[in-house]
Order: sequence, then C-alpha cells, then structure tokens
Amino acid sequence: MSLAVDRNTIPVPLTQGTSAPGGALVEKIATRQLNFFYGANRALRDITIPLYAKRVTAFIGPSGCGKSTLLRVLNRVYDLYPNQRAEGEVLLDGENILSPGQDVNLLRARIGMVFQKPTPFPMSIYENIAFGVRLYERLSRQELDTRVEQALRRAALWDEVKDKLAANGLSLSGGQQQRLCIARTVAVKPEVILLDEPCSALDPISTAKVEELIDELKDDYTIAIVTHNMQQAARVSDYTAFMYLGEMVEFGTTSKMFTTPADRRTQDYITGRFG
Amino acid sequence: MNLYKRRRVRNRIVMVLAFGATGLGLGWLAIILGTLVFEGASGLSLAVFTEMTPPPGSDGGLLNPIVGSLMMTVLAVALGTPIGILAGTYMAEYGRFSRITHVVRFINDILLSAPSIVVGLFIYEVMVAPMGHFSGLAGSVALAVLVIPVVVRTTEDMLLLVPRELREAASALGMPPAYVIGKIAYRAARAGIITGVLLAIARISGETAPLLFTALNNQFFSANLNAPLASLPAVIFQFALSPYHDWQKLAWTGALIITIAVLGLSIVARTLASSRKTS
Repeated sequence: MSLAVDRNTIPVPLTQGTSAPGGALVEKIATRQLNFFYGANRALRDITIPLYAKRVTAFIGPSGCGKSTLLRVLNRVYDLYPNQRAEGEVLLDGENILSPGQDVNLLRARIGMVFQKPTPFPMSIYENIAFGVRLYERLSRQELDTRVEQALRRAALWDEVKDKLAANGLSLSGGQQQRLCIARTVAVKPEVILLDEPCSALDPISTAKVEELIDELKDDYTIAIVTHNMQQAARVSDYTAFMYLGEMVEFGTTSKMFTTPADRRTQDYITGRFG
Repeated sequence: MNLYKRRRVRNRIVMVLAFGATGLGLGWLAIILGTLVFEGASGLSLAVFTEMTPPPGSDGGLLNPIVGSLMMTVLAVALGTPIGILAGTYMAEYGRFSRITHVVRFINDILLSAPSIVVGLFIYEVMVAPMGHFSGLAGSVALAVLVIPVVVRTTEDMLLLVPRELREAASALGMPPAYVIGKIAYRAARAGIITGVLLAIARISGETAPLLFTALNNQFFSANLNAPLASLPAVIFQFALSPYHDWQKLAWTGALIITIAVLGLSIVARTLASSRKTS
C-alpha cells in the first residue's frame, strides 16, 4: 500500500508548473523524434512536441493524420496490440515512458484517457468511478463516497445522477455517459488527461458542458485534446498542433495558429479548404 | 413502375418463404412437445420421483436415474465449465493475436461437432478400461468433454463481442489485464457466457451414447461415482426399446422430465441474465 500513500502525498497534479497565464511553462510531456508503426505502416513521422503543464493542447488535422495515434502513444494504450510499436522518446517529467522498464499500468494511472465513444463499464454509476480509485488507493467507505461525489461534481454530472448512483452506467444518455467517463478519469487523480474527440458523439448542450469542464480541469491537469471541430480547438485550447499525414506541420499558441499560421497547409485546413 | 412491382412480388415471396420456414420449424417442435406431454404427463406422479426403476410388470419410478443424471451433470459442468471458460478467455484475450488460437479454435470446432459416441469410446479407453469397471465418474468426464467445446466457443465469441473501446478504457485507468478481463470483460459478456453454460447443460442432459460406454446404467439406487450409475437418458433408451408397456410409459415420463428441466433452467437463466443487465 506504499503506492497509495505515494499518490496521496505527492501533490497531484504537479506543483512546479504555474497556472498563471503567461507564467513559466513546464514541459509535462515531450516527444522526441517519435515514430509510430502499425505493422509496416508508419503512422507518425519524427514527431517532436511539448505538452505544457496545466495547459490545454489541441491536436487538429484531417482524418488519418495521426492525431489519435499520437494520443494513444502517450499512455501506451497501443501496447494492447502486438503489431503496433513506437520508436523515439516520450518524456513524462523527463523520464522516457517508452523504455522497456516502464510499468504501463502505473503509467496509465498517471495519464488518463477519455475516448471518442462513451465507454461506461457495465456496472453502477457509483462503481464506474469507485472501481478505478480502488485499483490504486485503499479508502474508507466515506472517503470513497466523497471522492465519487467530487469526481461527479467536477464532471458536472452530480445533480443529474445523485439520486440514482446505484443505476447502471449504461442507462445514462450519451452525453451523461461521456461525462461519467470523464469523472471516472478525474477520480483516479491522473496528472495528464488525454481526450480523443470526446464530443464527437455528443449534442451541442453536452458538448458545451464538456468544454466548460475542460476549462476548469486545466487549472489542475495537463490536457491534450484531439478534435475535428476547429471552433472547439479555438475555444478550449492554449496551444494547437496541426498534423498532416503523420507529420507535425505546425505547433504554436492557439491564438497564433488560428490568426497567423506560418504554414500554408495549416491555413488551408483551418479555413476549410481541405480536410 | 414495372421494376417496383417486381420488387414487391419478390418481397412477398421472400416473406412467405420466411414465414413458411418458421412455421414449419415451430410446427414440428409443437408436435414433438405435444406428443411428449400427451404420452408423458399421464405418468407423472410423486412415485416417479420417490421410487426406483421397477422390474417389468410392477410399479416404480425414476429416482435412481434422476439422481444419477443430476450427479453426473453437475460434476460434468463443474469439471468442464472452468476449463472451457479459461480456454475461451485465453483465445479471446491473451492469445487473441497468436497463431495457437487459430489452431485451438479449429480443434475445438471439430470437438464441438464430434459424434458423442466417439467421446464415449475415448473415455472408455482411457478410464473405464484401466479402472476395470464402468463408473459415474467416467460418465461425468465424458459429459465434461462435451461441455468444454460448447463453453469454449460461446465464451470466446461473447468476449470477442465486448467492444475494444471498453477494454482500452479499462486499461487506460491503469488496470492490469487480469482485472480488465475479470471485472470488465466478464461482466459485459456475462449473459452470453451463462447462456453458453446452459447450452452445454442442455446438450449433455439428453446425451445417451457417451454414457453407455462409461456410466453404463444401474437398476438399483446408487450414489457411488465409482460404480455404474443410472441416468435418465440411458434408462429412457433401455425402457423405450423394451416390449413392456409400463417401461415405455416411464420412458416417456423421463423424457418429459428432462425437457421440462432444461426448459426451466433456460428460463431461469434468461431472467437472471436479463435482470442483472438492466439493474
């Protein structure tokens, strides 16, 4: 149980970063010459990019450009599949997570992920959240209740589900399910949150709620979001990366990317000329 | 317009064929069940469940074969289900991308469609012959061999139906594979896996051939697994072929009992599975 103690005593999320706008930037994650292969097919080409602590970084680009792939490398979820492999370096707080010695389960507990399709577990709403927490921490019933409530409140779902915590997670609407998944991710207190098109299956109201949530979460977390929605990228992110055919075309502050992109392709994509 | 008309006609034909085929299938089923109830129900009485199989010409029941069948079925399921579920889990989860899985699946499919009498002969060879006598244990093992492929198949199929995203989401929380399988994948596939076990029970409840070579039969009451054991299918087989009317009647009753038991079991399991799903 030393693990549980660790996770409680290390101030999570990290403290060395500053959330003050314009303050010093800390590289929470950095990729160095990252290449990724699906079998023989090279999906990422020499990606070098920082994810700054307590900032939201949006990844945009046409379908198949490698945005989701990049996200899947960051928590090594690709490891589940034998013919996928990454080369290069991904540094989390300066440590290479692609090194063979890395414990992927501990890594994934530090880097949470929310997927495109809502993926509630086939259990009650309460259990959906408590389950992940119990994996790494031993809490009393009361502490667990508090943690579940906090997580649901953060995900702006508490008021809608507080009277039916025992109901199956699958009984919620699509938007609620997605917020449940976000709550589940937040509850285990990760340091980084990866969002893979979290709103693509949601209606505008749910989308707005999730976006508000992202805005709140960035006070504490480092966030990466993949989106097909330009407006969304512009609304929620501090930094934007434009990817095309597996390459990182341009990376910069969102305001610059959307007003004065340096690369012609970025401009074409943002203005809707292709993609 | 002509094209549309033709399509309509074709639609009709297909519909009629589909309804016809359904009706034909259900019709035969109804006739079989009807005959079974008609012939067997009159023999149902308390004595059937409390008395031993009689010699021809006297009264009796089916207590010894009922007990024997229950014992062997329970043991066979207890032996076969864990092996089947674990093998199915290996194929769908750990070994999903490995070549061994293809080989195992192929062999399992052969086993699935293997004539049960072959299984009986096999167990006779490896158990009955070395032990020197027929036994309920050998019968259970033979039935377990029939349970395994059914459970392997359904477990694998049901686990493969669990969405990839669900596994990824669980892994993304930092869950080790065993937890992802045990707490998430099994849960999502539970109804299907239970159905698989029930299918297996239904399959072995009526099996006669493998028991003839293994458990044989026993006209007296016995709960000894190390000795020949009576079973409903074997007794039905013996009694139905006999020239005695009262034996034939008991055979019908036995057949009805098996049918009702399997039916009841599936209804219970279905309600269980569906109520857990929605709760």
